[in-house]
Amino acid sequence: MSFVEYSEFIQEGDVAIIFLGHDSMMPVKVQQGAQTQTRYGVIRHSKDLIGQRFGTKVTCSKGGWVYVLHPTPELWTLNLPHRTQILYTTDIANITMMLELKPGSVVCESGTGSGSLSHAILRTIAPTGHLHTVEFHQQRSEKAAEEFREHRVGHLVTVRNQDVCKEGFGVTGVADAVFLDIPSPWEAIQHAKNAMKKHGGRVCSFSPCIEQVQKTCEALADHGFEEISTLEVLLRVHDVRSITLPLPDFGSARPLETPTPVSSNNSVLCKTTTPPREMAGHTGYLTFATKPRM
Amino acid sequence: MLRKRRLARGWLPSQKTRFLMAENEDDDSQHRVKEGDYVVLKRGDIYKAVQVLKKKKTIFEKQWFILDNAVGELYGTTFEVVTGTLQPRKPKHIESSADAKEAGTDNRHILDDGKSQKLTRDDIETLKEQGLKGQEIVQQLIENSTTFRDKTEFAQEKYIKKKKKKYENSVMVLRPSCRILAMMYHGREPGKICHLRYDTLALMLTLGNIHAGSKVLVFETCAGLVLGAVMERMGGYGSVVQMYPGGGPVRAGVESFGFPSHFHETLHDFPICHVNALLAGTLDTEAKDVNPVAGQANGDVSEAPAPEKAEGKEGSPNAEEESMETNTSTASPGEREERDKLREIRGQEKKVKMEEKRKKLAAAAALLQGRNADGLVIASRFHPCPVVLGLIKFLAPSRPFVVYSQYKEPLIECYTKLREQGGAVGLRLTDSWIRHYQVLPNRTHPMLLMSGGGGYLLSGTTVATETHAAKIGPMSREEPPAKKLKLTEATEG
Repeated sequence: MSFVEYSEFIQEGDVAIIFLGHDSMMPVKVQQGAQTQTRYGVIRHSKDLIGQRFGTKVTCSKGGWVYVLHPTPELWTLNLPHRTQILYTTDIANITMMLELKPGSVVCESGTGSGSLSHAILRTIAPTGHLHTVEFHQQRSEKAAEEFREHRVGHLVTVRNQDVCKEGFGVTGVADAVFLDIPSPWEAIQHAKNAMKKHGGRVCSFSPCIEQVQKTCEALADHGFEEISTLEVLLRVHDVRSITLPLPDFGSARPLETPTPVSSNNSVLCKTTTPPREMAGHTGYLTFATKPRM
Repeated sequence: MLRKRRLARGWLPSQKTRFLMAENEDDDSQHRVKEGDYVVLKRGDIYKAVQVLKKKKTIFEKQWFILDNAVGELYGTTFEVVTGTLQPRKPKHIESSADAKEAGTDNRHILDDGKSQKLTRDDIETLKEQGLKGQEIVQQLIENSTTFRDKTEFAQEKYIKKKKKKYENSVMVLRPSCRILAMMYHGREPGKICHLRYDTLALMLTLGNIHAGSKVLVFETCAGLVLGAVMERMGGYGSVVQMYPGGGPVRAGVESFGFPSHFHETLHDFPICHVNALLAGTLDTEAKDVNPVAGQANGDVSEAPAPEKAEGKEGSPNAEEESMETNTSTASPGEREERDKLREIRGQEKKVKMEEKRKKLAAAAALLQGRNADGLVIASRFHPCPVVLGLIKFLAPSRPFVVYSQYKEPLIECYTKLREQGGAVGLRLTDSWIRHYQVLPNRTHPMLLMSGGGGYLLSGTTVATETHAAKIGPMSREEPPAKKLKLTEATEG
């Protein structure tokens, strides 16, 4: 298993995603002799996981069963331990496309945070690209580096523990794309520019507040960035339901002649979708820009 | 001191500078437009994909010009259209906002009587004919506007921007990318891509976990945009199988991506009319004349790429042959011999072509036969239900799939069927909402217009079913080995 390459069978040291049912999952580190408790009972790694095919059903000790899934960046985003706020798949998808990431891209990112976006970037730029990720929180940067190694993408990433606003990305003239998710992105625009290739590239800044966006856009324009564009994306989930709609009874036109028939068929079954009662209404504004060739 | 020593050694600095120069030249040559390149023209938010061919007239935004002068220039260069040719624009002219400005405080004195502009349509046309640049025309418009000075500073800015957009004739030449092409198709010809919005396409690629080294099935009727997007994300590693309906695969959009030729070696195609046979194990790709249907269907492909055309044209090659025969009867014996020879050669060529087609079909069938594909992406005008239920069988367990439809109801049906049938978990029916913003000091707000909808997605992950395990047994023997060799080498090296 690796986050950039599928394997058929589960091996010692892999990360596997235990699918417990509707929107309920948990990640496990597969280790010889280890056990994982689930609400359906115990999963014994040596017997139930190692050597099994990803995607197969595993019966737990209480007789319930779960599916064991191969990790993907998207499943990881839903299961990772939160050390910070994280980016979710809808934003990640748009960031990936709008930054024009593809195999071979060199990307700079700050901050690393919990690594939600980092994993998605690594998946897309492998096997020939590289990610330079900068995190000013020492413990978080160490934890991230450890995770990347465990997920077998360590060779594609350099983690630096420094403040991007003061020290930049630690590389110059190499990046095709830069991503900023920091409190004051406008202070890092010059560093972003320095990190990028001479012939130009794309930059993205993620900010929850419009005031941050305002300052960032000004800084981008001041530094000669072009095609500055701010947008917001949200995902709407549609829950598929079967609903029964009762039909009203307007009575008979000749009520006295016929006694009201007790119709058993006075409702209609219909397949439809309903919106969830609550949904994420705001994550952050995404500001994109192009660095022209200087 | 150091400098002196270097000079004494002589060769060091010069060699170094030469090396640097060479490196720079090399660096730039990759970023220059070459003849035959597929490029994207851009003006404002409007894009158009074209191929750079010498002396070929291109029409963009009601202007025609030839792209010859773009050859040798760097990607990202802005050109002015001057009498049907492109002229590189001089580096950034400074906006003449210095000599401003009187401005009103509000619009209480501005009347909309249609008389504020003193220049008439004809006047402006004359200015244009005199060869005035876009900017100069805008300046004329401002000078001849009676209300410009009463407008607020913000309104003046807006006025200039609006007029500039109308009279500017600059064109930017860009390298194509999934982002640009997705926005181009959505803006220009949404009908051709089933109204698939760019953010929805972005989600498809991410939810489908499309990445280098995997084996992905694509079924689309989006002019090749989705296929091209998948290929871009695979970067020439792994394999893509285009499952196509009708007479032949449609790939016009893939061309516009301008992929290097080795990308096309990773692209396979398989007609969906053979899916049932392949699943039943009755598809024979070994002997060429055992499967005349396959031969015919594929023979048509080379002549007509579009499925509708392929079906419509079925009779036409025969008609041509007939007319040729009537001609030969009046020809001399020598000519006739030559004709016969030609026909024989043509026949042989056709045979070779058929053989190639058969080999291609066999290769695609071999990729599918293992039923171990890593991803499935569907975006078509067909009812998604039979498509998903048919093609999901080719996926390995624990692999993502994603289905796009412009409409929600068919995806509700898909969702229900997949739930009943099993073999998939984490099913989600979604659509995405996107809003663009105007960001200006003290004037930040959402754009007044937004897209009303970008289509719907059904996504999920496959899991093993009891039947799956049974089917895998006999199938796996025929399975071609080592599909990921390339990636492993690259990552380990």
